[in-house]
Amino acid sequence: MAEAQNSPTPDSSRAGGTPPVGSTTAGQIAVAAESTVATRMSVPPSFDVADFPVPHGREEEWRFTPLERLRGLHDGTAVANGAGVKVAVEAPEGVTVETVGRDDARIGKAGTPVDRVAAQAYSAFEQAGVVTVPKETVLTQPIRIAVHGEGGVAFGHQVIELGAFAEAVVVIDHTGDAVLAANVEYLLGDGAKLTVVSVQDWDAKAVHVAQHNALIGRDASFKSVVVTFGGDLVRLHPRVEYAGPGGEAELLGLYFTDSGQHQEHRLLVTHNTPHCKSNVVYKGALQGDAAHAVWIGDVLIEAKAEGTDTYEMNRNLVLTDGARVDSVPNLEIETGEIVGAGHASATGRFDDEQLFYLMARGIPEQDARRLVVRGFFAELVQQIGVADIEERLLAKIEEELEASVA
Amino acid sequence: MATLEIRDLHVTVEADNATKEILKGVDLTVKQGETHAIMGPNGSGKSTLAYSLAGHPKYTITGGTVLLDGEDVLEMSVDERARAGLFLAMQYPVEVPGVSVSNFLRTSATAIRGEAPKLRTWVKEVKETMERLHMDPSFAERNVNEGFSGGEKKRHEILQLELLKPKVAILDETDSGLDVDALRIVSEGVNRVRETGEVGTLLITHYTRILRYIKPDHVHVFAGGRIVESGGPELADKLENEGYEAYVKGGASA
Repeated sequence: MAEAQNSPTPDSSRAGGTPPVGSTTAGQIAVAAESTVATRMSVPPSFDVADFPVPHGREEEWRFTPLERLRGLHDGTAVANGAGVKVAVEAPEGVTVETVGRDDARIGKAGTPVDRVAAQAYSAFEQAGVVTVPKETVLTQPIRIAVHGEGGVAFGHQVIELGAFAEAVVVIDHTGDAVLAANVEYLLGDGAKLTVVSVQDWDAKAVHVAQHNALIGRDASFKSVVVTFGGDLVRLHPRVEYAGPGGEAELLGLYFTDSGQHQEHRLLVTHNTPHCKSNVVYKGALQGDAAHAVWIGDVLIEAKAEGTDTYEMNRNLVLTDGARVDSVPNLEIETGEIVGAGHASATGRFDDEQLFYLMARGIPEQDARRLVVRGFFAELVQQIGVADIEERLLAKIEEELEASVA
Repeated sequence: MATLEIRDLHVTVEADNATKEILKGVDLTVKQGETHAIMGPNGSGKSTLAYSLAGHPKYTITGGTVLLDGEDVLEMSVDERARAGLFLAMQYPVEVPGVSVSNFLRTSATAIRGEAPKLRTWVKEVKETMERLHMDPSFAERNVNEGFSGGEKKRHEILQLELLKPKVAILDETDSGLDVDALRIVSEGVNRVRETGEVGTLLITHYTRILRYIKPDHVHVFAGGRIVESGGPELADKLENEGYEAYVKGGASA
């Protein structure tokens, strides 16, 4: 699998004939140049940080990220100081919650770090959290993992493993202030069903860089919901591969990028097995000066992955001047024997003319903004399927809007 | 009886780093139940009049007054004007991503009526009004104006007119870009509202074609930023035959 990501695929065809255009409107919204999954990484995946040179910022995988705001996570100067994050796990009966050493056999099975920060996290973490849902165990209550930043630097590793036909919902909640680099692994046994909600509700100064690897068993289904509101810089790398045919992945994401924030979501779904599905929907709203959202959506359909069905979409809503979106969907197909493959990216602005139109129908300004943003996110929020998270998100969106009007 | 009174209205717009006066003293009174057609050549300022009355921020009022039932419209914000009973059917309705037509209509009706309409009667009201405008029910689930054809946009504007029941409706070139069938459907919608006798209508148009479907009580010729001639429906016939040429020349020398 790692080889496939790195071997050049010069003859890979592109579906739809549409270029991966990043946006539809002019102004502050940039359209990133085309690149392939293969060229997205300057160095092959590795567990060892020493295999990655310190990035200088012009590499394909780093070119959107302000390195100077990584607080040393990328160049080895960030050192764990024991006051990084506190992790608390709340799990229903039947779930095993462990803290294990680096040599535990379950670590590193779902994927390999693909950039220097992920490798740094892998090389530096001392203990990993492992949450196991035994086979055929169906949970009715979510597992909650609270990651609270205590103001320091931390390197984390978390494994979540579901046995065959197990079903679980996991909520990983990031709050507080920290400089955190981490790897999260999701291992789904055959026929397992896992929903993971990762909420990045950090304080304003936090820096969070993480790679999420999911390995989806035969006929298993994986739903990932990534919600990013807070932090100074958040860069997440959700990745999916399949361990057997019949697997399904649904990757949903929602971000609200405020003034000065950098929020980057880089996805890769590798269809390395026949008859698997993936559906990616990420939506973001941006407001304020120098708010910067980056979305990279890579889907690779390997030659052996016949019967693949995939779609990816990114939508952005720019609420004020001065915000910037880079949106790069990319689909590489090495076999024609597929059910479907598509992608879409669109960035729209909420502008004065829209405001005028709504107000000319009697709707006050603040209500008009709320209407647009709520409407934009509503459909996505409804798909999360975890009631308290849905409510919290809607409340959080309201809060963000209040701040923007004030 | 609701009355819109426009007195000596002067409006400027900023363009190419210069201030340009577009409206140069407009006088007009529109009473409830009346229909006034404002006709004029391109660039005469017709649309500026419409958008200025609705309060578009692009336009600066430099003189004159606009009163709706004695209340100073120019002091009101855009949404306040709408709630006071002014409605502008736009020539180029704006796409609003993420907001469905049904959500938009209900939010708007709630704002205008001051309370949320009862759900059951509201659904029926919307459905019936859409049927009369030959709009497919699936329309309600689409995003406001997103991907609408020209005709769909105009029907959507008239749908709002029918549901919001304003005191004064300003229709800015509602006929432009419509084929005959769409023009007829849209005109029927406008006529249904007019027949209630509760709305004053200001019909802004470049062409006389729509006046075959919507019969005005008064016709005004607009040129050079003001009304240069007023009359009855017969004035429209004169324009149909002679065009705007006489007025354009007059406007240029004025």
